[in-house]
Amino acid sequence: MSVAARLKGKRICICTGSGGVGKTTTAAAVAMGLAARGQRVAVVTIDPARRLAGALGLEQLGNEPRLVDPDHFARQGLELRGELWAMMLDVKRTFDELIELLAPDQGTRDEILANRVYRELSSAVAGSQEFTAMAKLYELDASGRFDAIVLDTPPSRNALDFLDAPQRLTGFLEGRALRVLLAPTGAAAAIAARGSGLVFSALRRVTGVDLLTELGTFFRVLGGVVDGFAERASAVGQLLGDPATTFLIVSSLEPAPVAEAVFFRRRLQEAGLPFGGLVVNRVRVLARNPPPVDEAALTADLDGDGDLAARSLQALDDLRALARRDAAGLRRLAAEIDDRQPILVPQLDRDVSDLAGLVAVERFLFVSRRQRPALLAERAF
Amino acid sequence: MDGLFTHSLLVVTGKGGVGKSTVAAALGLAAARRGLRALVVEVSARDDVSSALGARGPHGASAERAVSERLHHISIDPQSAMEDYLREQLPVGVFAGLLSRSRLFTTLTAATPGMRELLTIGKVWELAGHEGRDRYDLVVLDAPATGHGLAMLQAPSTFASVARVGPVAKQGRAIASFLGDPRRTAVLAVSTGEEMPVSETLELRAQLQEQMGLDLALVVVNAVLPRRFTERDRRALQAAPSSPARHAALFWAAWASHQRAQIDRLRRGLQGVALVTLPFVFQSALDPAALERLSRGLEL
Repeated sequence: MSVAARLKGKRICICTGSGGVGKTTTAAAVAMGLAARGQRVAVVTIDPARRLAGALGLEQLGNEPRLVDPDHFARQGLELRGELWAMMLDVKRTFDELIELLAPDQGTRDEILANRVYRELSSAVAGSQEFTAMAKLYELDASGRFDAIVLDTPPSRNALDFLDAPQRLTGFLEGRALRVLLAPTGAAAAIAARGSGLVFSALRRVTGVDLLTELGTFFRVLGGVVDGFAERASAVGQLLGDPATTFLIVSSLEPAPVAEAVFFRRRLQEAGLPFGGLVVNRVRVLARNPPPVDEAALTADLDGDGDLAARSLQALDDLRALARRDAAGLRRLAAEIDDRQPILVPQLDRDVSDLAGLVAVERFLFVSRRQRPALLAERAF
Repeated sequence: MDGLFTHSLLVVTGKGGVGKSTVAAALGLAAARRGLRALVVEVSARDDVSSALGARGPHGASAERAVSERLHHISIDPQSAMEDYLREQLPVGVFAGLLSRSRLFTTLTAATPGMRELLTIGKVWELAGHEGRDRYDLVVLDAPATGHGLAMLQAPSTFASVARVGPVAKQGRAIASFLGDPRRTAVLAVSTGEEMPVSETLELRAQLQEQMGLDLALVVVNAVLPRRFTERDRRALQAAPSSPARHAALFWAAWASHQRAQIDRLRRGLQGVALVTLPFVFQSALDPAALERLSRGLEL
């Protein structure tokens, strides 16, 4: 099945997989393909290649999707019947926007935005991209402006970080308990003094008073947005499990991404989240019935340059060895992930980092099942 | 390259998927071969390095495992790093009291932004520059991918500045000064000959200089194809009639020449930073023998 068939009736497509497997490219090509077929699509990328970002008009600042000029695609021979909107996630800004949205009053808002722990630490740490990507996805979906949203996920080495994003939101909520402990006031102070005096003094001893105070303030002011966060977290959780949401797992056939893909598939299953299919990038495709190699004929074709013929045959041998290795890896991966017909994108002879490359990838993603073998054969060794 | 192994800590970072773990393991092997006692540190829950190295023995959180006489491996988990830290900081009785409330500490590590990074790099510092100095001559850190790796390196100074006074501030400054001392710590970037990894490497260098006053000690370009075809070969192939060998040769030539162009761009952007290349490995899973061969490429 093509991506189009797999995404039928879906409003949200989340592309996931380990770093360096072409997730951003896949997300952009999926969005472009949907837009070509008449939908109004938003693609949220995390960290696109600079040229790709330029081609999509993402170098302008702003944390909102922008319409990509359809002429760009027309020049590559692709007509967009719908619209493609693209944005690059700005973690810090999304964080701030969320606080502004959820803070009950101006005072709380200002206090959070001014807190040193929040300012210095919040946006740089592991998990913050996942967290804000989810928040942005929710916001865009709730706006009702798009028929489909394609989300590129952060290159977290551990896919768990991403799936746990909604729980991470509530992880901050646990700060509520810490807040009582760290900056006790009123009745809470009395309880803290009785029950946690030891813990408090130990903490102070370990961290120093200033850090403890800053942390106390951080958790106290964040307490002001706790209810908003909790609501948001459960809404995001629901959105991920919605029948209109699907996850595409993107992988290459290198051992580490394969392990990650298998692991992620299991996590989706455990979490009861919908799996839409496997996209395998950079595949070296083995020709089905390759003609026998004729070194003499090749030498003749090359004006008698036997050395060049030998080197060409060595290249063919090496690429076929890689193709056989890929075929074996693909069988294992497809079986483990339980997608018998993964979507294959062959390795192109250069990086996909401009619109021409995206258009090439889009063809492999959206080609019909009937036409796929012929298309793949063009690239086979 | 010789100078590389005189450091206490090698931080290996780079874009996801470029082979950081492989390079970290290969550096550990190369150091051990020179007679150094080396420790390869992983910071995620995965065990790529130890399995490629062929490490045996029980594998638990934050336990050092022997790979060979002079090469060890450890996978750091922030939670046990926190417990180790508290054990050192507190009298025994207080520590026991804290552990009985360990849920609070789990919560604290999870909820305080940057705490995981701080605890992890703190543990690395202990192993490389502090108490581990008697046991290891060199620690090789298989660091997280570029952006997050940089955040980890900055965590100590950020915490020190937020905390201002007290033990965290003091240690944060000590760790930051260790990481910022080019005689003791060397930061290496791993790249491949592709656009994104090259751009990330150049950006990493700029950020290191700007934000930490550091420079890259070495850039390792991984998976470089042998150069098989000249421009003239390419023209001859293009003129020949279509055949599988011609298709393969032209594909190879374009792939390799694209790699070379990206490596040239990297070289130009790096000005002054040493660069080594490692060959493309045709086998799928790295075994100790393949790793050994790669590590020789890092000896020069």
